[in-house]
Amino acid sequence: MSARNPVKVDQTTVKHLAMLSDIHLSDQKLAKLTADLEGIIKHIEQLSELDTTGVEPTFQVTELKNVWREDVVEEQLPREELLTLAPNRTETAVKVPKVL
Amino acid sequence: MSEISKIVDRIKSGATTARAEIEAAIKRAETDDTNAILEIIHDRALQRADAVDSGKITGRLAGVPFLAKDNFLTLDSKTTAAAKILENFKAPLQATAIERLESEGAICIGKTNLDAFAHGGSTENSAFGVTKNAIDGERVAGGSSGGSAVAVARGIVPFALGSDTGGSIRQPASFNGVVGYKPTYGMISRYGVVAMASSTDVVGPIAASVADVELLCEIMAGPDGRDGTVFPDYFETNNNGQGAKKIGLVREFMDEGVDESVRERVNDFVKKLRDDGHTVTEVDLPMAKYALPIYYIVTPAEISSNLARYDGIRYGLRDSKAKTLAEVYGMSRNQGFVDENKRRIMIGSYVLSAGFFDAYYLQAEKARTLLINEFNDLFRKYDFLVTPVAPTPAFKIGENIDDPLKMYMADVMTVPASMAGLPALSLPAGTDENGLPIGVQIIGQMKDDAQLLSFAKKYEEQK
Repeated sequence: MSARNPVKVDQTTVKHLAMLSDIHLSDQKLAKLTADLEGIIKHIEQLSELDTTGVEPTFQVTELKNVWREDVVEEQLPREELLTLAPNRTETAVKVPKVL
Repeated sequence: MSEISKIVDRIKSGATTARAEIEAAIKRAETDDTNAILEIIHDRALQRADAVDSGKITGRLAGVPFLAKDNFLTLDSKTTAAAKILENFKAPLQATAIERLESEGAICIGKTNLDAFAHGGSTENSAFGVTKNAIDGERVAGGSSGGSAVAVARGIVPFALGSDTGGSIRQPASFNGVVGYKPTYGMISRYGVVAMASSTDVVGPIAASVADVELLCEIMAGPDGRDGTVFPDYFETNNNGQGAKKIGLVREFMDEGVDESVRERVNDFVKKLRDDGHTVTEVDLPMAKYALPIYYIVTPAEISSNLARYDGIRYGLRDSKAKTLAEVYGMSRNQGFVDENKRRIMIGSYVLSAGFFDAYYLQAEKARTLLINEFNDLFRKYDFLVTPVAPTPAFKIGENIDDPLKMYMADVMTVPASMAGLPALSLPAGTDENGLPIGVQIIGQMKDDAQLLSFAKKYEEQK
């Protein structure tokens, strides 16, 4: 694998990552996390020195494929029980702020 | 000696009742001064105890109290994952592991503290306060299953459930001097356990003895149709651990960076093995040095995906100041996650972003193959591998909290088995000069859990 330029993790990058991650960070937290993330990314960057030409990736270790179960109707949790968990609701639905 | 069978026998013989056992355990939990326990389950536990006493509930664990890490869904309690975003979450169902234990008569008396969403190695990342080490109150419990390990070490319950993604059962077990077991990936259903990194998450027991671990695995193992990664039932206890074994001592984890007392205890253990006729050979695992970077790419990637479900919509915390849908997501997640959750989610977003995916995520999954290949080569020649569990005994509370990378180093010896899905046991092996517990790790081949436990039984410390 070809060598890359050393990573540059600045507040713009971290702001973008926070946006991708749906986390509204305060400016103070942004500064702190930028420093942390820079260190962590530098650490994981080590892997770029490893030659993995022709190596297949391992995404899971069980080698199980297509584990099926019987297609039978099972008793599910009642809607009301799940709706009670919602922070805001109507009688039959979860309520969220206006989207459009 | 099995603590579980002592309790079962006491109740069966009429020497005591299940109610008395459960009341006593709850009392111990209530007076705990380590912050190991987040919530006690009174009513359901006592009802079940009475049902044991009246003969309505029977089984191999009838009347035995236990605690579950607070990332296992349980009835009649909250399940917080030690994070604000689930602070008031009451699960409508139970984890399969809990159901299996209950089906044998075990009684869950409460929930234990952890690093929020199991992100951490000290239980300092809990939104509900640090758990103190069972032996030294100025030191960490380890983590992320810190509360479970301390509760067993303190004798509050004979066993507790933990989850282990990169060492979260084994390392706290080592720090508190109890037995902790990470089974083969895919042995026990994870249905109803808060997901962290799905390709390495396992659930397992922390207990006072290997015999108890063996019994609990036998009860919890096997598919339930709700977790597609579970192997068809293969776990049957056996005695294959008898006889002379070939054992590899991993050289990379015995170098000078490792605390001297840790190396001494591991060497004592190796001597014991040799005295018993086993061969112990120093072996190399060159990929070990890459295990941590592999882990801190693969698991954050999976975390960022698994934790996307906490959005303040259907359950959990919703920031009351949020005015738009985007604010509901962003502000609730900011308020509900601890810093370590945010770091891992954002690292995950980074390694999965367009342009970085091949260089980080795919490269890590390829490196994982190389690590697994090295393990496979070793297991062609050796029955088990031995390493320390962690480079040091329990560190001081606050010592590593401002340096995430230093904290990650505590996982360096436990993540390789996780990335490869291998079974690994953390076994007490004595203490350092200050009386702090030190554990050895015995790693087995995939699906060789029964032989590993059968072998290890001989080497537990007599208490």
